[in-house]
Amino acid sequence: MKIVVCIKQVPAKDAPLAITGDSWIRETDIGFEMNEPDSYALEEALRLKEKHTGEVIALSMGPERVKQTIKEALAKGADRGVHIADDKAHTLDPLGAAKSLAAAIDREKPDLVLTGLQSEDQGFGQTGVLLAERLGLPHATIIMQIEAKDGHLRLKRELEAGWFQWVELQLPAVLTIQSGINKVRYATLKGIMAAKKKEIATVARESLGIAHEPTQRIERIYVPSKTKKTEFLTGTPKEAAAKLVEKLKHDARVL
Amino acid sequence: MNILLITEQRDGQWNKTSFETLAAAQQIAAETKSRLTAIVVGKGVASLAAELAATKLDEVLLVEHDLLSSYTPDGYTLALQQAIAQAKPGLVLLPHTYQVRDFAPKLAASLGKGMIGDCVGYRNDGGKLVFVRQMFQGKTVADVVFEGATPWFATFQAGAFRADLVAQGASKAPVTQIAVDLKPEQIRTKPLELFREAKQAVDLTQAQILVAVGRGIKAPENIPLAEKLAKLLGGELAASRPICDEGWLPMDRQIGSSGQTVAPKLYLALGISGAIQHVVGMKGSRTIVAINKDQNAPIFEVADYGIVGDLFEIVPALTEELGKHNTT
Repeated sequence: MKIVVCIKQVPAKDAPLAITGDSWIRETDIGFEMNEPDSYALEEALRLKEKHTGEVIALSMGPERVKQTIKEALAKGADRGVHIADDKAHTLDPLGAAKSLAAAIDREKPDLVLTGLQSEDQGFGQTGVLLAERLGLPHATIIMQIEAKDGHLRLKRELEAGWFQWVELQLPAVLTIQSGINKVRYATLKGIMAAKKKEIATVARESLGIAHEPTQRIERIYVPSKTKKTEFLTGTPKEAAAKLVEKLKHDARVL
Repeated sequence: MNILLITEQRDGQWNKTSFETLAAAQQIAAETKSRLTAIVVGKGVASLAAELAATKLDEVLLVEHDLLSSYTPDGYTLALQQAIAQAKPGLVLLPHTYQVRDFAPKLAASLGKGMIGDCVGYRNDGGKLVFVRQMFQGKTVADVVFEGATPWFATFQAGAFRADLVAQGASKAPVTQIAVDLKPEQIRTKPLELFREAKQAVDLTQAQILVAVGRGIKAPENIPLAEKLAKLLGGELAASRPICDEGWLPMDRQIGSSGQTVAPKLYLALGISGAIQHVVGMKGSRTIVAINKDQNAPIFEVADYGIVGDLFEIVPALTEELGKHNTT
Protein backbone atom coordinates (compact mmCIF):
# COMPACT_ATOMS: atom_id res chain seq x y z
CA MET A 1 0.00 0.00 0.00
CA LYS A 2 1.40 3.38 -1.00
CA ILE A 3 0.44 5.93 1.63
CA VAL A 4 0.93 9.71 1.67
CA VAL A 5 0.67 11.29 5.12
CA CYS A 6 0.13 15.04 5.23
CA ILE A 7 1.99 16.50 8.17
CA LYS A 8 1.93 20.12 9.28
CA GLN A 9 4.54 21.81 11.39
CA VAL A 10 3.00 24.06 14.03
CA PRO A 11 4.27 26.23 16.91
CA ALA A 12 5.23 24.14 19.94
CA LYS A 13 2.41 23.78 22.47
CA ASP A 14 4.09 25.89 25.12
CA ALA A 15 5.47 28.51 22.68
CA PRO A 16 4.63 32.07 23.73
CA LEU A 17 2.71 33.60 20.84
CA ALA A 18 3.25 37.21 19.85
CA ILE A 19 1.10 38.67 17.10
CA THR A 20 2.99 40.58 14.42
CA GLY A 21 1.50 42.85 11.83
CA ASP A 22 -2.16 42.04 11.87
CA SER A 23 -2.53 38.51 10.82
CA TRP A 24 0.27 36.21 11.90
CA ILE A 25 2.56 35.42 14.81
CA ARG A 26 6.22 36.19 15.27
CA GLU A 27 8.05 33.05 14.18
CA THR A 28 11.50 33.94 15.45
CA ASP A 29 12.35 32.71 18.96
CA ILE A 30 9.65 30.05 19.08
CA GLY A 31 9.96 26.31 18.65
CA PHE A 32 7.99 24.29 16.13
CA GLU A 33 6.85 20.69 16.27
CA MET A 34 4.82 18.11 14.40
CA ASN A 35 1.09 18.87 14.58
CA GLU A 36 -0.04 16.32 17.15
CA PRO A 37 -3.13 15.07 15.27
CA ASP A 38 -0.85 14.40 12.27
CA SER A 39 1.48 12.30 14.42
CA TYR A 40 -1.42 9.88 14.92
CA ALA A 41 -1.97 9.79 11.15
CA LEU A 42 1.73 9.04 10.61
CA GLU A 43 1.66 6.26 13.19
CA GLU A 44 -1.39 4.73 11.52
CA ALA A 45 0.38 4.86 8.14
CA LEU A 46 3.45 3.13 9.57
CA ARG A 47 1.30 0.40 11.14
CA LEU A 48 -0.56 -0.18 7.86
CA LYS A 49 2.76 -0.47 6.03
CA GLU A 50 4.12 -2.92 8.60
CA LYS A 51 1.02 -5.06 8.24
CA HIS A 52 0.44 -4.89 4.49
CA THR A 53 3.89 -3.80 3.15
CA GLY A 54 4.23 -0.71 0.98
CA GLU A 55 5.62 2.78 1.21
CA VAL A 56 4.96 5.76 3.46
CA ILE A 57 5.62 9.26 2.09
CA ALA A 58 5.64 12.21 4.50
CA LEU A 59 4.36 15.39 2.84
CA SER A 60 4.66 18.83 4.39
CA MET A 61 4.21 22.38 3.11
CA GLY A 62 5.86 25.51 4.47
CA PRO A 63 9.21 27.27 4.82
CA GLU A 64 12.58 25.54 5.11
CA ARG A 65 11.99 24.74 8.81
CA VAL A 66 9.29 22.16 8.02
CA LYS A 67 12.02 19.83 6.75
CA GLN A 68 12.84 19.16 10.40
CA THR A 69 9.35 17.73 10.87
CA ILE A 70 9.70 15.64 7.70
CA LYS A 71 12.99 14.30 9.11
CA GLU A 72 11.22 13.36 12.31
CA ALA A 73 8.69 11.39 10.26
CA LEU A 74 11.52 9.67 8.38
CA ALA A 75 13.21 8.81 11.68
CA LYS A 76 9.99 7.19 12.87
CA GLY A 77 9.87 5.03 9.74
CA ALA A 78 8.49 6.95 6.77
CA ASP A 79 10.37 5.98 3.59
CA ARG A 80 10.78 9.37 1.97
CA GLY A 81 9.67 12.95 2.23
CA VAL A 82 8.16 15.59 -0.04
CA HIS A 83 8.52 19.24 0.92
CA ILE A 84 6.35 21.83 -0.81
CA ALA A 85 8.42 24.95 -0.26
CA ASP A 86 6.56 28.20 0.37
CA ASP A 87 7.54 30.80 2.94
CA LYS A 88 4.03 32.24 2.78
CA ALA A 89 2.11 28.98 3.08
CA HIS A 90 0.37 30.26 6.22
CA THR A 91 -1.40 32.93 4.16
CA LEU A 92 -3.21 30.33 2.03
CA ASP A 93 -6.89 29.76 2.68
CA PRO A 94 -8.00 26.15 3.29
CA LEU A 95 -8.90 25.56 -0.37
CA GLY A 96 -5.65 27.10 -1.63
CA ALA A 97 -3.61 24.92 0.73
CA ALA A 98 -5.56 21.81 -0.27
CA LYS A 99 -5.15 22.51 -3.99
CA SER A 100 -1.38 22.71 -3.52
CA LEU A 101 -1.16 19.55 -1.45
CA ALA A 102 -3.46 17.71 -3.86
CA ALA A 103 -1.26 18.65 -6.83
CA ALA A 104 1.79 17.13 -5.11
CA ILE A 105 -0.15 14.04 -3.97
CA ASP A 106 -1.56 13.47 -7.45
CA ARG A 107 1.98 12.99 -8.80
CA GLU A 108 2.47 10.10 -6.36
CA LYS A 109 -0.78 8.26 -7.22
CA PRO A 110 -1.06 6.81 -3.70
CA ASP A 111 -3.55 4.17 -2.54
CA LEU A 112 -4.26 6.05 0.63
CA VAL A 113 -3.90 9.63 1.87
CA LEU A 114 -3.96 10.27 5.61
CA THR A 115 -4.18 13.55 7.52
CA GLY A 116 -4.73 14.44 11.15
CA LEU A 117 -8.11 15.75 12.13
CA GLN A 118 -7.07 19.39 12.26
CA SER A 119 -4.04 21.55 12.85
CA GLU A 120 -3.18 23.13 16.15
CA ASP A 121 -2.33 26.49 14.55
CA GLN A 122 -5.06 27.64 12.17
CA GLY A 123 -7.33 24.72 13.01
CA PHE A 124 -9.34 24.89 9.78
CA GLY A 125 -10.08 21.16 10.03
CA GLN A 126 -10.90 21.03 6.31
CA THR A 127 -7.75 19.80 4.58
CA GLY A 128 -8.50 16.06 4.43
CA VAL A 129 -12.02 16.53 3.09
CA LEU A 130 -10.85 19.13 0.56
CA LEU A 131 -8.07 16.80 -0.63
CA ALA A 132 -10.64 14.10 -1.31
CA GLU A 133 -12.70 16.53 -3.37
CA ARG A 134 -9.65 17.78 -5.31
CA LEU A 135 -8.33 14.26 -5.94
CA GLY A 136 -11.75 12.88 -6.82
CA LEU A 137 -11.46 10.23 -4.10
CA PRO A 138 -13.92 8.94 -1.49
CA HIS A 139 -13.18 9.90 2.10
CA ALA A 140 -14.07 9.28 5.70
CA THR A 141 -13.21 11.45 8.69
CA ILE A 142 -12.52 11.18 12.41
CA ILE A 143 -11.34 7.59 12.07
CA MET A 144 -10.64 5.48 15.16
CA GLN A 145 -9.85 2.12 13.53
CA ILE A 146 -8.77 0.91 10.09
CA GLU A 147 -9.18 -2.63 8.78
CA ALA A 148 -7.74 -3.09 5.28
CA LYS A 149 -8.25 -6.11 3.06
CA ASP A 150 -7.80 -6.47 -0.72
CA GLY A 151 -8.18 -2.78 -1.49
CA HIS A 152 -11.23 -2.52 0.73
CA LEU A 153 -11.35 -0.53 3.97
CA ARG A 154 -13.61 -1.04 6.95
CA LEU A 155 -13.42 2.04 9.16
CA LYS A 156 -14.63 3.02 12.58
CA ARG A 157 -15.79 6.64 12.52
CA GLU A 158 -16.28 8.60 15.70
CA LEU A 159 -19.58 10.46 15.90
CA GLU A 160 -20.63 12.78 18.68
CA ALA A 161 -21.63 11.96 22.25
CA GLY A 162 -19.99 8.54 22.44
CA TRP A 163 -21.45 7.13 19.21
CA PHE A 164 -19.46 5.37 16.50
CA GLN A 165 -20.21 4.04 13.05
CA TRP A 166 -18.60 1.49 10.76
CA VAL A 167 -18.24 2.63 7.16
CA GLU A 168 -16.73 0.84 4.19
CA LEU A 169 -15.04 2.15 1.08
CA GLN A 170 -12.65 1.12 -1.68
CA LEU A 171 -9.10 2.38 -2.14
CA PRO A 172 -7.82 4.79 -3.25
CA ALA A 173 -9.22 7.04 -0.54
CA VAL A 174 -8.52 9.89 1.90
CA LEU A 175 -8.95 9.50 5.66
CA THR A 176 -8.65 11.97 8.51
CA ILE A 177 -7.44 10.31 11.68
CA GLN A 178 -8.79 11.03 15.16
CA SER A 179 -6.25 11.63 17.88
CA GLY A 180 -5.96 8.69 20.25
CA ILE A 181 -6.46 6.02 17.55
CA ASN A 182 -3.08 4.51 18.43
CA LYS A 183 -0.08 4.94 20.64
CA VAL A 184 2.48 7.04 18.80
CA ARG A 185 6.02 5.62 18.66
CA TYR A 186 9.21 7.48 19.42
CA ALA A 187 12.03 7.63 16.90
CA THR A 188 14.81 5.20 17.80
CA LEU A 189 18.50 6.07 17.48
CA LYS A 190 18.66 3.55 14.64
CA GLY A 191 15.72 5.28 12.98
CA ILE A 192 17.35 8.68 13.32
CA MET A 193 20.55 7.35 11.72
CA ALA A 194 18.61 5.65 8.91
CA ALA A 195 16.66 8.86 8.21
CA LYS A 196 19.88 10.65 7.22
CA LYS A 197 20.02 8.49 4.10
CA LYS A 198 16.36 8.98 3.16
CA GLU A 199 15.33 11.34 0.41
CA ILE A 200 13.42 14.59 0.86
CA ALA A 201 12.29 15.98 -2.50
CA THR A 202 11.63 19.71 -2.48
CA VAL A 203 9.11 21.24 -4.86
CA ALA A 204 8.50 24.97 -4.98
CA ARG A 205 4.79 25.59 -4.48
CA GLU A 206 4.63 27.95 -7.44
CA SER A 207 5.98 25.18 -9.69
CA LEU A 208 2.83 23.12 -9.02
CA GLY A 209 0.89 25.47 -11.29
CA ILE A 210 -2.05 26.11 -8.98
CA ALA A 211 -4.61 28.66 -10.10
CA HIS A 212 -6.41 29.91 -7.03
CA GLU A 213 -8.29 33.01 -6.02
CA PRO A 214 -8.58 33.18 -2.22
CA THR A 215 -12.09 32.47 -0.94
CA GLN A 216 -11.46 34.15 2.41
CA ARG A 217 -9.01 36.45 4.12
CA ILE A 218 -7.93 36.79 7.71
CA GLU A 219 -8.28 40.50 8.47
CA ARG A 220 -6.59 40.36 11.81
CA ILE A 221 -5.78 38.05 14.69
CA TYR A 222 -5.83 39.14 18.31
CA VAL A 223 -5.94 37.90 21.85
CA PRO A 224 -9.57 37.26 22.78
CA SER A 225 -11.23 39.62 25.18
CA LYS A 226 -12.46 37.97 28.32
CA THR A 227 -16.11 37.09 28.53
CA LYS A 228 -15.80 36.44 32.24
CA LYS A 229 -13.85 38.31 34.87
CA THR A 230 -11.41 35.91 36.44
CA GLU A 231 -10.41 36.60 40.01
CA PHE A 232 -6.78 35.56 40.35
CA LEU A 233 -5.72 34.27 43.73
CA THR A 234 -2.09 34.92 44.52
CA GLY A 235 0.50 34.18 47.17
CA THR A 236 2.33 31.02 48.10
CA PRO A 237 0.60 27.79 47.09
CA LYS A 238 -0.68 27.49 50.65
CA GLU A 239 -2.02 31.05 50.69
CA ALA A 240 -3.64 30.76 47.28
CA ALA A 241 -5.26 27.46 48.28
CA ALA A 242 -6.62 28.99 51.50
CA LYS A 243 -8.04 31.96 49.59
CA LEU A 244 -9.67 29.64 47.08
CA VAL A 245 -11.37 27.57 49.77
CA GLU A 246 -12.70 30.79 51.34
CA LYS A 247 -14.04 32.00 47.98
CA LEU A 248 -15.68 28.69 47.15
CA LYS A 249 -17.24 28.46 50.58
CA HIS A 250 -18.45 32.04 51.10
CA ASP A 251 -18.70 33.77 47.71
CA ALA A 252 -19.50 31.03 45.21
CA ARG A 253 -21.13 28.89 47.94
CA VAL A 254 -20.34 25.66 46.17
CA LEU A 255 -18.74 23.86 49.12
CA MET B 1 -29.31 38.27 0.07
CA ASN B 2 -30.67 34.76 0.46
CA ILE B 3 -29.46 32.87 3.51
CA LEU B 4 -29.72 29.09 3.55
CA LEU B 5 -29.47 27.17 6.82
CA ILE B 6 -28.62 23.49 6.46
CA THR B 7 -30.08 21.63 9.44
CA GLU B 8 -28.98 18.25 10.73
CA GLN B 9 -31.01 15.24 11.82
CA ARG B 10 -30.29 11.56 12.28
CA ASP B 11 -33.07 8.94 12.21
CA GLY B 12 -35.65 11.72 12.56
CA GLN B 13 -33.99 13.25 15.64
CA TRP B 14 -32.67 16.80 15.43
CA ASN B 15 -29.08 17.60 16.12
CA LYS B 16 -29.93 20.41 18.53
CA THR B 17 -27.07 22.64 17.40
CA SER B 18 -29.19 23.15 14.24
CA PHE B 19 -31.35 25.48 16.33
CA GLU B 20 -28.37 27.40 17.67
CA THR B 21 -27.34 28.08 14.09
CA LEU B 22 -30.98 28.92 13.26
CA ALA B 23 -30.83 31.60 15.99
CA ALA B 24 -27.66 32.98 14.36
CA ALA B 25 -29.24 32.82 10.89
CA GLN B 26 -32.38 34.67 12.07
CA GLN B 27 -30.22 37.39 13.58
CA ILE B 28 -28.05 37.78 10.45
CA ALA B 29 -31.15 37.73 8.23
CA ALA B 30 -32.78 40.50 10.29
CA GLU B 31 -29.64 42.66 10.27
CA THR B 32 -28.97 42.26 6.56
CA LYS B 33 -32.64 42.27 5.53
CA SER B 34 -32.17 38.85 3.96
CA ARG B 35 -34.55 36.10 3.09
CA LEU B 36 -34.03 33.05 5.31
CA THR B 37 -34.59 29.51 4.08
CA ALA B 38 -33.83 26.35 6.02
CA ILE B 39 -33.36 22.91 4.53
CA VAL B 40 -34.05 19.46 5.96
CA VAL B 41 -32.30 16.52 4.30
CA GLY B 42 -33.10 12.83 4.83
CA LYS B 43 -35.84 10.29 4.32
CA GLY B 44 -39.19 10.38 6.10
CA VAL B 45 -38.41 13.73 7.71
CA ALA B 46 -41.45 15.78 6.58
CA SER B 47 -42.55 16.18 10.21
CA LEU B 48 -39.23 17.85 11.02
CA ALA B 49 -39.73 20.25 8.11
CA ALA B 50 -43.21 21.08 9.45
CA GLU B 51 -41.76 21.71 12.91
CA LEU B 52 -39.11 24.01 11.45
CA ALA B 53 -41.75 25.91 9.46
CA ALA B 54 -43.23 27.20 12.73
CA THR B 55 -40.08 29.22 13.43
CA LYS B 56 -39.44 32.67 12.02
CA LEU B 57 -38.18 32.11 8.48
CA ASP B 58 -39.39 32.55 4.93
CA GLU B 59 -39.35 29.02 3.58
CA VAL B 60 -38.43 25.45 4.46
CA LEU B 61 -36.98 23.18 1.80
CA LEU B 62 -37.43 19.45 2.16
CA VAL B 63 -35.08 17.09 0.34
CA GLU B 64 -35.98 13.43 0.65
CA HIS B 65 -34.51 10.43 -1.14
CA ASP B 66 -33.98 6.74 -0.38
CA LEU B 67 -30.24 7.29 -0.73
CA LEU B 68 -30.36 9.98 1.97
CA SER B 69 -31.86 7.79 4.70
CA SER B 70 -28.34 7.29 6.10
CA TYR B 71 -25.77 10.05 5.91
CA THR B 72 -22.96 9.73 3.36
CA PRO B 73 -20.69 12.59 2.30
CA ASP B 74 -21.33 11.85 -1.39
CA GLY B 75 -25.12 11.66 -1.00
CA TYR B 76 -25.35 14.86 1.00
CA THR B 77 -22.95 16.76 -1.25
CA LEU B 78 -24.81 15.79 -4.43
CA ALA B 79 -28.24 16.50 -2.95
CA LEU B 80 -27.22 19.86 -1.51
CA GLN B 81 -25.49 20.94 -4.74
CA GLN B 82 -28.86 20.55 -6.46
CA ALA B 83 -30.75 22.31 -3.69
CA ILE B 84 -28.28 25.20 -3.73
CA ALA B 85 -28.64 25.52 -7.50
CA GLN B 86 -32.38 26.05 -6.97
CA ALA B 87 -32.31 28.19 -3.80
CA LYS B 88 -29.40 30.38 -4.99
CA PRO B 89 -28.22 31.44 -1.53
CA GLY B 90 -25.58 34.12 -0.96
CA LEU B 91 -24.68 32.71 2.44
CA VAL B 92 -24.97 29.08 3.56
CA LEU B 93 -24.86 28.47 7.33
CA LEU B 94 -24.36 25.16 9.08
CA PRO B 95 -23.80 23.98 12.66
CA HIS B 96 -20.19 22.85 13.16
CA THR B 97 -20.97 19.20 13.88
CA TYR B 98 -18.87 16.12 13.11
CA GLN B 99 -21.17 15.41 10.18
CA VAL B 100 -20.86 18.92 8.78
CA ARG B 101 -17.08 18.73 9.09
CA ASP B 102 -17.30 15.55 7.00
CA PHE B 103 -19.12 17.03 4.00
CA ALA B 104 -19.38 20.85 4.08
CA PRO B 105 -15.82 21.67 2.94
CA LYS B 106 -16.35 19.25 0.04
CA LEU B 107 -19.71 20.79 -0.84
CA ALA B 108 -18.24 24.29 -0.87
CA ALA B 109 -15.14 23.22 -2.83
CA SER B 110 -17.24 21.33 -5.39
CA LEU B 111 -18.77 24.73 -6.22
CA GLY B 112 -15.33 26.36 -6.20
CA LYS B 113 -16.18 28.22 -2.97
CA GLY B 114 -14.63 28.42 0.46
CA MET B 115 -15.88 27.81 3.96
CA ILE B 116 -15.09 29.66 7.17
CA GLY B 117 -15.46 26.92 9.74
CA ASP B 118 -15.99 26.68 13.48
CA CYS B 119 -16.98 30.34 13.98
CA VAL B 120 -17.75 31.53 17.50
CA GLY B 121 -19.57 34.63 16.29
CA TYR B 122 -19.87 37.28 13.62
CA ARG B 123 -19.95 41.05 13.34
CA ASN B 124 -21.83 43.20 10.92
CA ASP B 125 -19.39 46.01 10.08
CA GLY B 126 -21.67 48.37 8.22
CA GLY B 127 -23.05 45.66 5.96
CA LYS B 128 -19.81 43.66 5.72
CA LEU B 129 -20.04 40.35 7.54
CA VAL B 130 -16.95 39.51 9.58
CA PHE B 131 -16.73 35.99 10.96
CA VAL B 132 -14.88 35.36 14.19
CA ARG B 133 -13.07 32.08 14.80
CA GLN B 134 -10.37 30.85 17.11
CA MET B 135 -6.85 29.94 16.14
CA PHE B 136 -3.88 28.47 17.96
CA GLN B 137 -6.10 26.34 20.18
CA GLY B 138 -8.04 29.35 21.42
CA LYS B 139 -5.00 31.43 22.30
CA THR B 140 -5.92 33.91 19.56
CA VAL B 141 -9.06 34.90 17.69
CA ALA B 142 -9.24 35.80 14.02
CA ASP B 143 -11.57 38.09 12.09
CA VAL B 144 -12.18 36.45 8.74
CA VAL B 145 -14.01 37.84 5.72
CA PHE B 146 -15.12 36.15 2.53
CA GLU B 147 -13.56 37.02 -0.80
CA GLY B 148 -14.91 36.38 -4.26
CA ALA B 149 -18.32 35.38 -5.53
CA THR B 150 -21.08 33.82 -3.44
CA PRO B 151 -22.33 31.42 -2.19
CA TRP B 152 -20.25 31.67 0.96
CA PHE B 153 -20.22 28.87 3.53
CA ALA B 154 -19.78 29.30 7.28
CA THR B 155 -20.25 27.00 10.25
CA PHE B 156 -20.95 27.99 13.86
CA GLN B 157 -19.51 26.18 16.82
CA ALA B 158 -21.80 24.49 19.35
CA GLY B 159 -22.67 26.95 22.09
CA ALA B 160 -21.86 30.02 20.00
CA PHE B 161 -25.54 30.97 19.84
CA ARG B 162 -28.48 30.10 22.06
CA ALA B 163 -31.16 27.78 20.73
CA ASP B 164 -33.70 29.22 23.18
CA LEU B 165 -33.46 32.54 21.34
CA VAL B 166 -34.95 31.06 18.14
CA ALA B 167 -37.92 33.26 17.22
CA GLN B 168 -41.22 31.64 16.32
CA GLY B 169 -43.01 32.81 13.18
CA ALA B 170 -46.29 34.75 13.10
CA SER B 171 -47.57 32.17 10.66
CA LYS B 172 -46.29 28.88 9.25
CA ALA B 173 -43.66 29.20 6.53
CA PRO B 174 -44.29 27.27 3.33
CA VAL B 175 -42.56 23.87 2.99
CA THR B 176 -41.28 23.19 -0.53
CA GLN B 177 -40.20 19.72 -1.66
CA ILE B 178 -37.09 19.65 -3.80
CA ALA B 179 -36.56 16.61 -5.97
CA VAL B 180 -32.95 15.52 -6.29
CA ASP B 181 -31.36 13.06 -8.66
CA LEU B 182 -29.07 10.54 -6.97
CA LYS B 183 -27.80 7.20 -8.20
CA PRO B 184 -26.46 4.38 -6.00
CA GLU B 185 -23.17 4.23 -7.93
CA GLN B 186 -22.46 7.88 -7.07
CA ILE B 187 -22.21 7.00 -3.38
CA ARG B 188 -18.76 5.64 -2.74
CA THR B 189 -18.92 4.99 0.99
CA LYS B 190 -21.16 2.40 2.59
CA PRO B 191 -22.50 3.44 5.99
CA LEU B 192 -23.01 0.55 8.40
CA GLU B 193 -24.44 0.32 11.89
CA LEU B 194 -24.18 3.00 14.58
CA PHE B 195 -23.07 1.77 17.96
CA ARG B 196 -21.81 2.84 21.34
CA GLU B 197 -18.83 1.31 23.10
CA ALA B 198 -19.46 -0.58 26.35
CA LYS B 199 -22.08 1.19 28.39
CA GLN B 200 -20.74 4.36 29.93
CA ALA B 201 -19.57 3.53 33.42
CA VAL B 202 -19.85 7.05 34.79
CA ASP B 203 -22.37 9.70 33.93
CA LEU B 204 -20.39 12.85 34.57
CA THR B 205 -23.38 14.99 33.64
CA GLN B 206 -24.93 14.08 36.99
CA ALA B 207 -21.91 15.07 39.09
CA GLN B 208 -22.19 18.24 41.19
CA ILE B 209 -18.43 18.67 41.42
CA LEU B 210 -15.83 17.70 38.82
CA VAL B 211 -12.06 17.73 39.13
CA ALA B 212 -10.64 17.60 35.61
CA VAL B 213 -7.04 17.01 34.61
CA GLY B 214 -5.21 17.98 31.44
CA ARG B 215 -1.73 17.67 29.98
CA GLY B 216 -0.32 19.60 32.95
CA ILE B 217 -0.68 16.46 35.07
CA LYS B 218 2.31 15.18 33.07
CA ALA B 219 2.26 11.46 33.93
CA PRO B 220 -0.28 8.78 34.84
CA GLU B 221 1.32 8.33 38.26
CA ASN B 222 0.22 11.88 39.13
CA ILE B 223 -3.49 11.17 38.56
CA PRO B 224 -4.04 10.07 42.22
CA LEU B 225 -3.22 13.65 43.24
CA ALA B 226 -6.36 14.83 41.46
CA GLU B 227 -8.30 11.74 42.51
CA LYS B 228 -7.65 12.50 46.16
CA LEU B 229 -8.92 16.06 45.71
CA ALA B 230 -12.04 14.84 43.88
CA LYS B 231 -12.78 12.36 46.65
CA LEU B 232 -12.39 14.99 49.34
CA LEU B 233 -14.83 17.26 47.48
CA GLY B 234 -17.28 14.42 46.91
CA GLY B 235 -16.86 14.89 43.17
CA GLU B 236 -15.89 12.86 40.15
CA LEU B 237 -12.64 12.79 38.23
CA ALA B 238 -12.72 14.00 34.61
CA ALA B 239 -10.17 14.77 31.91
CA SER B 240 -9.44 16.57 28.68
CA ARG B 241 -9.04 14.54 25.51
CA PRO B 242 -5.23 14.10 25.49
CA ILE B 243 -5.34 12.35 28.88
CA CYS B 244 -7.85 9.82 27.54
CA ASP B 245 -5.93 9.48 24.26
CA GLU B 246 -2.88 8.52 26.32
CA GLY B 247 -4.98 5.96 28.17
CA TRP B 248 -4.28 7.55 31.56
CA LEU B 249 -8.02 7.72 32.22
CA PRO B 250 -10.81 5.86 30.40
CA MET B 251 -12.61 7.59 27.51
CA ASP B 252 -15.83 7.86 29.53
CA ARG B 253 -14.12 10.45 31.76
CA GLN B 254 -13.61 12.79 28.84
CA ILE B 255 -15.18 16.27 28.79
CA GLY B 256 -15.49 18.16 25.52
CA SER B 257 -16.78 17.99 21.98
CA SER B 258 -15.94 14.31 21.60
CA GLY B 259 -16.81 13.45 25.21
CA GLN B 260 -19.48 14.56 27.64
CA THR B 261 -20.94 18.03 28.06
CA VAL B 262 -21.33 18.98 31.69
CA ALA B 263 -22.56 21.87 33.82
CA PRO B 264 -21.74 21.03 37.45
CA LYS B 265 -21.86 23.58 40.24
CA LEU B 266 -18.07 23.42 40.57
CA TYR B 267 -15.52 22.56 37.87
CA LEU B 268 -11.87 22.48 38.83
CA ALA B 269 -9.54 22.43 35.81
CA LEU B 270 -6.05 21.26 36.72
CA GLY B 271 -3.37 21.77 34.09
CA ILE B 272 -5.95 22.16 31.31
CA SER B 273 -4.99 24.80 28.75
CA GLY B 274 -8.57 25.25 27.61
CA ALA B 275 -8.54 24.26 23.94
CA ILE B 276 -11.92 25.00 22.47
CA GLN B 277 -12.76 21.29 22.09
CA HIS B 278 -12.60 21.04 25.87
CA VAL B 279 -14.22 24.36 26.74
CA VAL B 280 -17.40 23.65 24.76
CA GLY B 281 -18.00 20.72 27.10
CA MET B 282 -17.72 22.61 30.40
CA LYS B 283 -18.27 26.33 29.93
CA GLY B 284 -21.80 26.07 31.30
CA SER B 285 -20.48 25.10 34.76
CA ARG B 286 -21.67 27.42 37.54
CA THR B 287 -18.27 28.06 39.09
CA ILE B 288 -15.05 27.32 37.25
CA VAL B 289 -11.64 27.20 38.92
CA ALA B 290 -8.50 26.93 36.80
CA ILE B 291 -5.03 26.08 38.05
CA ASN B 292 -2.41 26.45 35.35
CA LYS B 293 1.22 27.45 35.05
CA ASP B 294 0.58 29.60 31.98
CA GLN B 295 -1.24 32.81 32.87
CA ASN B 296 -2.22 33.22 29.21
CA ALA B 297 -3.89 29.81 29.00
CA PRO B 298 -7.34 30.20 27.37
CA ILE B 299 -8.94 28.31 30.27
CA PHE B 300 -8.70 31.53 32.28
CA GLU B 301 -11.14 33.15 29.86
CA VAL B 302 -13.94 31.04 31.25
CA ALA B 303 -12.65 30.69 34.82
CA ASP B 304 -14.23 32.50 37.78
CA TYR B 305 -11.19 31.86 39.94
CA GLY B 306 -7.66 31.31 38.75
CA ILE B 307 -4.38 30.33 40.36
CA VAL B 308 -1.28 30.71 38.21
CA GLY B 309 1.36 28.29 39.36
CA ASP B 310 2.61 24.75 39.68
CA LEU B 311 -0.30 22.39 40.18
CA PHE B 312 2.02 19.92 41.94
CA GLU B 313 2.43 22.50 44.71
CA ILE B 314 -1.06 24.00 44.66
CA VAL B 315 -3.16 20.84 44.54
CA PRO B 316 -1.59 19.28 47.67
CA ALA B 317 -1.98 22.63 49.46
CA LEU B 318 -5.61 22.77 48.38
CA THR B 319 -6.22 19.19 49.47
CA GLU B 320 -4.73 19.98 52.87
CA GLU B 321 -6.78 23.15 53.22
CA LEU B 322 -10.00 21.33 52.30
CA GLY B 323 -9.17 18.60 54.79
CA LYS B 324 -9.09 21.27 57.50
CA HIS B 325 -12.32 22.78 56.21
CA ASN B 326 -14.08 19.39 56.30
CA THR B 327 -13.14 18.71 59.89
CA THR B 328 -14.09 22.15 61.20
